[in-house]
Amino acid sequence: MHNHAPLACTACDLLQTAPVLPSGGVARCRRCGELLYRDALITWDFSFPLTIAGGILFIVGNVLPIVSLGWQGQYTDATLYGTVHALYEQHRPLVAVLVLFTLIIAPALELGTLTYLLLSVHLHRHAPDLARAFRLWRALREWVLLDVFLLGVLVASVKLKAIADVEIGAALWALAGGVALLTMAVASFDARAYWAKAGE
Amino acid sequence: MSARSVSLPPEQIHTAAAQGLFLCNVCTQLSRVRDATRACYCPRCGAPLARRKRYSLGRTWAFLISAYILYLPANLLPIMDTHSLFDAQQDTILSGVLFLWRTGSWTTAAIVFLASIVTPIAKLIAMTVLALSVQRKSKWRPAWRANLYRVLVRIGRWSMLDIYVVAILAALVHVQSFAVIEAGAGALAFGAVVVLTLLAVSSFDPRLIWDAQDESHG
Repeated sequence: MHNHAPLACTACDLLQTAPVLPSGGVARCRRCGELLYRDALITWDFSFPLTIAGGILFIVGNVLPIVSLGWQGQYTDATLYGTVHALYEQHRPLVAVLVLFTLIIAPALELGTLTYLLLSVHLHRHAPDLARAFRLWRALREWVLLDVFLLGVLVASVKLKAIADVEIGAALWALAGGVALLTMAVASFDARAYWAKAGE
Repeated sequence: MSARSVSLPPEQIHTAAAQGLFLCNVCTQLSRVRDATRACYCPRCGAPLARRKRYSLGRTWAFLISAYILYLPANLLPIMDTHSLFDAQQDTILSGVLFLWRTGSWTTAAIVFLASIVTPIAKLIAMTVLALSVQRKSKWRPAWRANLYRVLVRIGRWSMLDIYVVAILAALVHVQSFAVIEAGAGALAFGAVVVLTLLAVSSFDPRLIWDAQDESHG
């Protein structure tokens, strides 16, 4: 899969040849140590099913409540969108937009673009705007902050435990699973192999 | 495996840019560019190509200075207002950490302290050092600075933690009759600081660290 074509380090621009890696191996820059590419332990064929499964868990994580709170017989719960709505109601529209974008819009678009890219290879069809979808995906990736949110839920429940009963909802597990699957899907997505296949 | 680097003899250092090859920042494709004065695009993914990220240092400074300006309101204004039947309380980032510490949740206090206080200030200082060193074409320990930049890319996202904590608390504790938690003005400033430092880090081009010494080797 890896040929001996020269490549350049993204962090220091050094030209070097790409070695053929053993299974699970990692190639790093000779000068600055930046990761050049890795031989994914999860092979390419798993990218697509992992993305679909991650997408299903993401939908479940959006529909069900994330945490519920009980105090003297009253119960309330919050969904992912409920956090956006609460901030908006409290006249913090910009903070609401930040939460909406990093937790719902960016992850949904990442799942969507990744599915589109992988589907075109699986169906052996040259879909329109593949390059545009790829660029959109790469630009969005650093703004998907679901993993940070999961830690935030745990911190919030520690804060509330002092005064009320806190129960972690099913959506939290669904989102945690979705994040894990998406991370694996992205790790097994080899951009160089992808373009070689998409160009066939 | 930790990132490591070796000192290469100058004759082994050939950068893509020196060979007239431009690296695509999006898909890592190398392309030969004949006329760099005209706008050019990656033949594989269509992203704009440039020798280095465009206006990298200027954009980094702009985001960084904006983040410095908002850093004080982010830490001094309350990020969370709690109203109950009995009293009202306002929490800043730091008092939120102290609350966790006093109630005995030491691990959580440490996590929030690292994410909300150490990470933002470390990002501001480290990005300033990196931007200054590149501006002055410093040749001081490029491998160390490259590692510093890698760490910043890794940890940057985690400073958004407190924004999400406030968002969840606000969503959970607002229909209850006994108390209402609302996001304060500090949440807006703090969110802006986090976004601005993330933008400062992604605008910075780490290849600039190496350019100073590559150019002196000829």
